[in-house]
Amino acid sequence: MKALVYLLFLLMLILHQDSWAWDDQTLVLGFMPIGLAYHAAFSIGCAILGALAIKYVWPHDLEKLAEEE
Amino acid sequence: MTTLIVIILYLGLLLGLGMYTNRLSRGTSQDYFVASHSIGPFLLLMSVFGTTMTAFALVGSTGKTFERGIGTYGLMASISGLVHAAIFFVIGIRLWCYGKKHNFVTQIQFFRARFDSNTIGYILFPILVMLVIPYLLIGIIGAGKTIEPVTAGAFPDIFTNPTRPPWVGGIPPWLSGLVISAVVLTYVFMGGSRGAAFANTFQTLVFMVMGLVAFVFIVKALGGLDNAGNVPARINDQGMLVQEYSYNKKEQQVTKSDTPKVIGKVKHWEEMSEEKREALVGQQPHFTRTPIDLEYKTKNTKAGKDPDAPKLITKERELGIPPMTFLTYLFIPLSVGMFPHLFQHWLTAKSAKSFRLTVIAHPLCIMIVWVPCVLIGAWASGILPPGMPPPAVLSNMLAQLIQNDILTGLLTAGVLAAIMSSLDSQFLCLGTIFTNDIVLHKAGKGKYTDKQVVKIARTFIVVIVALTYALAMALKDANVFDLAIWCFSGFGALFPVVFAALYWKRATKEGAIASILAATITWFYYFQKAGYGGEYFIGEHKIVPAAVCFAAGAIAMIVVSLATKPPSKETLDKFFKS
Repeated sequence: MKALVYLLFLLMLILHQDSWAWDDQTLVLGFMPIGLAYHAAFSIGCAILGALAIKYVWPHDLEKLAEEE
Repeated sequence: MTTLIVIILYLGLLLGLGMYTNRLSRGTSQDYFVASHSIGPFLLLMSVFGTTMTAFALVGSTGKTFERGIGTYGLMASISGLVHAAIFFVIGIRLWCYGKKHNFVTQIQFFRARFDSNTIGYILFPILVMLVIPYLLIGIIGAGKTIEPVTAGAFPDIFTNPTRPPWVGGIPPWLSGLVISAVVLTYVFMGGSRGAAFANTFQTLVFMVMGLVAFVFIVKALGGLDNAGNVPARINDQGMLVQEYSYNKKEQQVTKSDTPKVIGKVKHWEEMSEEKREALVGQQPHFTRTPIDLEYKTKNTKAGKDPDAPKLITKERELGIPPMTFLTYLFIPLSVGMFPHLFQHWLTAKSAKSFRLTVIAHPLCIMIVWVPCVLIGAWASGILPPGMPPPAVLSNMLAQLIQNDILTGLLTAGVLAAIMSSLDSQFLCLGTIFTNDIVLHKAGKGKYTDKQVVKIARTFIVVIVALTYALAMALKDANVFDLAIWCFSGFGALFPVVFAALYWKRATKEGAIASILAATITWFYYFQKAGYGGEYFIGEHKIVPAAVCFAAGAIAMIVVSLATKPPSKETLDKFFKS
């Protein structure tokens, strides 16, 4: 699962370069240009990735080290 | 006058909060510098988010979109959501753990211990200070520029020499800068990092709410969300950029004009292929991202002083974002890994778990603030003249479409909140590093009592605020937003140092010093090429300088570390599992 989270991070970096929607003017919900809606959804994706990282890649050993003494 | 009263009330509230947090202080230096590691998840999220978002979040995002279109969000906001959250996770939590274990208060203390070198501290110290000071100037200059136009006419008999003629009677930048500096100084002086965390939380909530309030009012004036999408400027079949809508004072709403107003022209329209022209006709270029060169006429600011100067002049602008700029811009948000003031905020956390909310919610907070502002900037292209200075776009949209003094005052308070929530952390951080990395480092442990240490830090903070204010007044005409990008680029270029320190056992002090020097020299080279603070891209593909500075720092770190003696086992055992 750890590896999957790292892979998802790399995938997000690639997905950020959305060259396919560069000139599309479609308005999502009648007001939001699709290029902006895509990146707003990307921000939500970042939050989900953050939650996955916390669940599967949390540095428990480091946390223990800091709480010692 | 109403606007000014709202601003004064806001600043008063902030001072009250400063006095309240002073009562919570435990009086120790640990409490003053890192709030005794007591800050919980919500305060940490708000203080970290407030610190990373300057006035650029509200004013700059709107202006940049007005200039370049909606690509601004992907360029600056969505990538920051990904990179910032990743840095909080991989750098922030780790630094918090080491800071807690070894009692570090500053970044330099960590680097000195990790690389077993005093020299690295003396090299890093002036560089960090040099990069933080322009960041501070941005705040003070930005505050002055924000308040003067919105208070124009309040005191016409007192302030008779405004920055621009229409702002006569407005609070001049020297006075607003002074007041803002004094307010921030008061609550940082009294409450230290705890005061900054509470004030940041309050201010972050204020600027988030105010951005949304401005959005709702502007949408209403544009005739609702459905109509707002039609408003941005459009390219007609002659290659002209036209505004099809205008504000109807009677109906207090934006309505479609009988005759579209020509505001610019697509460059090289005649030389374009038929196919390309067809693709552009009807397009609203602020809703797309492929670069288009435009020509537009704007008022000549020299016309008033020189009677022979033409009233209108032609200017050019590139709309959209070049793909290489879009790609290489990702090196700029790496800066948060090296911000000394953010390091200090991280160390205030109660536990590593406090970071969890920040990692998840930071990208969402960016979205909540930036999406409305980016939309307002794109819509503004259909209402405002193309020559409008970008930082003035948001206030002009409000002034033209809303005309409500209370709302203008509240939004100005929101912009000031965004400015001050960064300023406080930076003042505190400079006081902290001067005290700990220079004075206490030289004097050695035990020379000063804990109370004396807090006193020294407070004295430094007062001196720094005074010096920064004087410098801001001397440089009051600088383009603050371009300067901000240079600061971020400099910190981003230093990122390989912190990453290698935390994750690469083989990283040596010589490698770290070489990396700092390589990043700083390349950064300075491009900074002077840009005329000390202007917008600058490398080559015809328009690569962001931060990418090259980062590469120079990373290569120097790897090559020099491999060529020098590895760190001792003793040093490594403090930071890595054997």
